[in-house]
Amino acid sequence: MKKFVKVGNVLLTVVLTVLSVAWIYPVFMILINTFKQENAISTDTVFDLPTAEIFAGLQNYITAIESQGFLKSLGYSLVITITSVAAILLLCSMCAWYITRVNTFFAKALYFMFAFSMVVPFQMVMFTLSQTADRLKFNTPWNIWVIYLGFGAGLAVFMFTGFMKSIPVEIEEAAMIDGCNPIQTYFQIVMPMLKPTMISVGILEAMWVWNDYLLPTLVLDIKEYRTIPMLIQYFRGGYGRVEMGPMMACIMLTVIPIIVVYLCGQKYIIKGVAAGAVKG
Amino acid sequence: MEKALKKYGPIFTLPTFIAFCIGFIWPFLQGLYLSFCQFTTVDNAKWNGLKNYIYVLQDEAFLDSFGFTVAFAVVSILSINVIAFTLALLLTRGLKGTNFFRTVFFMPNLIGGIVLGYIWQILINCVLSLVEAPLLALNTAAGYWGLIILMCWQQIGYMMIIYIAGLQNISEDVLEAARVDGANSWQTLIKVKLPMVMSSITVCVFLTLTNSFKLFDQNLALTGGDPNHTTDMLALNIYQTFYSRAGMQWKGYGQAKAVIFCILVVTISLIQLNATRKREVQS
Repeated sequence: MKKFVKVGNVLLTVVLTVLSVAWIYPVFMILINTFKQENAISTDTVFDLPTAEIFAGLQNYITAIESQGFLKSLGYSLVITITSVAAILLLCSMCAWYITRVNTFFAKALYFMFAFSMVVPFQMVMFTLSQTADRLKFNTPWNIWVIYLGFGAGLAVFMFTGFMKSIPVEIEEAAMIDGCNPIQTYFQIVMPMLKPTMISVGILEAMWVWNDYLLPTLVLDIKEYRTIPMLIQYFRGGYGRVEMGPMMACIMLTVIPIIVVYLCGQKYIIKGVAAGAVKG
Repeated sequence: MEKALKKYGPIFTLPTFIAFCIGFIWPFLQGLYLSFCQFTTVDNAKWNGLKNYIYVLQDEAFLDSFGFTVAFAVVSILSINVIAFTLALLLTRGLKGTNFFRTVFFMPNLIGGIVLGYIWQILINCVLSLVEAPLLALNTAAGYWGLIILMCWQQIGYMMIIYIAGLQNISEDVLEAARVDGANSWQTLIKVKLPMVMSSITVCVFLTLTNSFKLFDQNLALTGGDPNHTTDMLALNIYQTFYSRAGMQWKGYGQAKAVIFCILVVTISLIQLNATRKREVQS
């Protein structure tokens, strides 16, 4: 019986390994094609490795970076993601603490509306939101975080309140009795306890903001500011012939940083996702 | 303490509340109002009664995209959850390399929808040309299955993580008890493990359901609705009604579609939450 289980496990490991290879393959396929010269990229040879005579070196990457303003887009995406996630983490957790600890109609109504906003599809507010953002001038990478804070608050507040309900109120009361005002209590007592939830929320919101395409397309001026998803869509979705080499290089340039960040922080990312889902 | 906190209420709630009004409440209410109007910007709205809704409910392209979305959602929800749960079962048996597999399966989730769409567009087009079938731009069936494969690739890892967390939460005692009572592994799975991870199932079905209905980026990048709008999903159909038609009437139609879409998504997710919540058990 034991031997039987062992053989089964080996078989299973083999199957899973094959599956993993298949899982990585699409990205790998794009990667090998970025090293081919433009005229050597065709549908018949797409699965082959580049040979010496069609090897393009880093030419496709250089073209992608130079011709499309990739570095500028990278900068915009970074600014938007960092400011939005920072604002969401700080302001939503403060709001969530108030909602959890204060029992008024306003707090309850607010909680209900946040929960509701999580389900509403973006298309519902797409047009009016972009017009509102335009009118209030929240349409640059430097202040679009206000819009992200507003539309992303639902998930963040929901997850924070879920966690806060489980921490005993006595700790906070003790701090207040010792003379802390609510702001001190929040920053010195509550916030440190929130760290694991902060990581979960931060990861989920960062994934959303970084990859978001439609909201920045509608809100930002596309001629002036292009985030990375906008750049790819512009590159690929434009009319006329698309140069496949630089286009695939551009895809790799957006995927590689994500994979590096993921491999470095995968412990936190996977834990964060699991914890976030259980509480949600 | 509540009193003191109430005094500081504005500091804690006002920033988020104002942003929430700008980013959600106001656009939502305005959108609701505009769905009864004819307009091209928010300033020139003219009351139009139910005309938008009447048109939209007879719009065949919209109804087709609804059908396509439902067909897509059913298959993708089932396949994602079944495969993810199976993988989760396999990866909680203490196999060698579990960590590696988990890392690999989760990875596509971090790549954005637009990029995913183009990666798969290139791959699928190459496979199609190898078997000498029409490419995605002319092939509705390939577009449909392509979207499903893409969504599976992206979401299975995420759902698998949630199921793994659920399975690891089952206490050893319960499994031990089942073993002592003589349950075989199939019985343990059906009678013990499944009911115990019901809360994970609720979450995963909810996420896959809302994700499939709201799907936009992947749809835009992979097929863009080609050929001839037969692979439009609801979100893409609404987007095109807003932004790629000229004429006074279209924005009103788009907004009415958006309201219907919103009601649909909210209703379906509430029904689903209610239905699966009932089956959750406490250990």
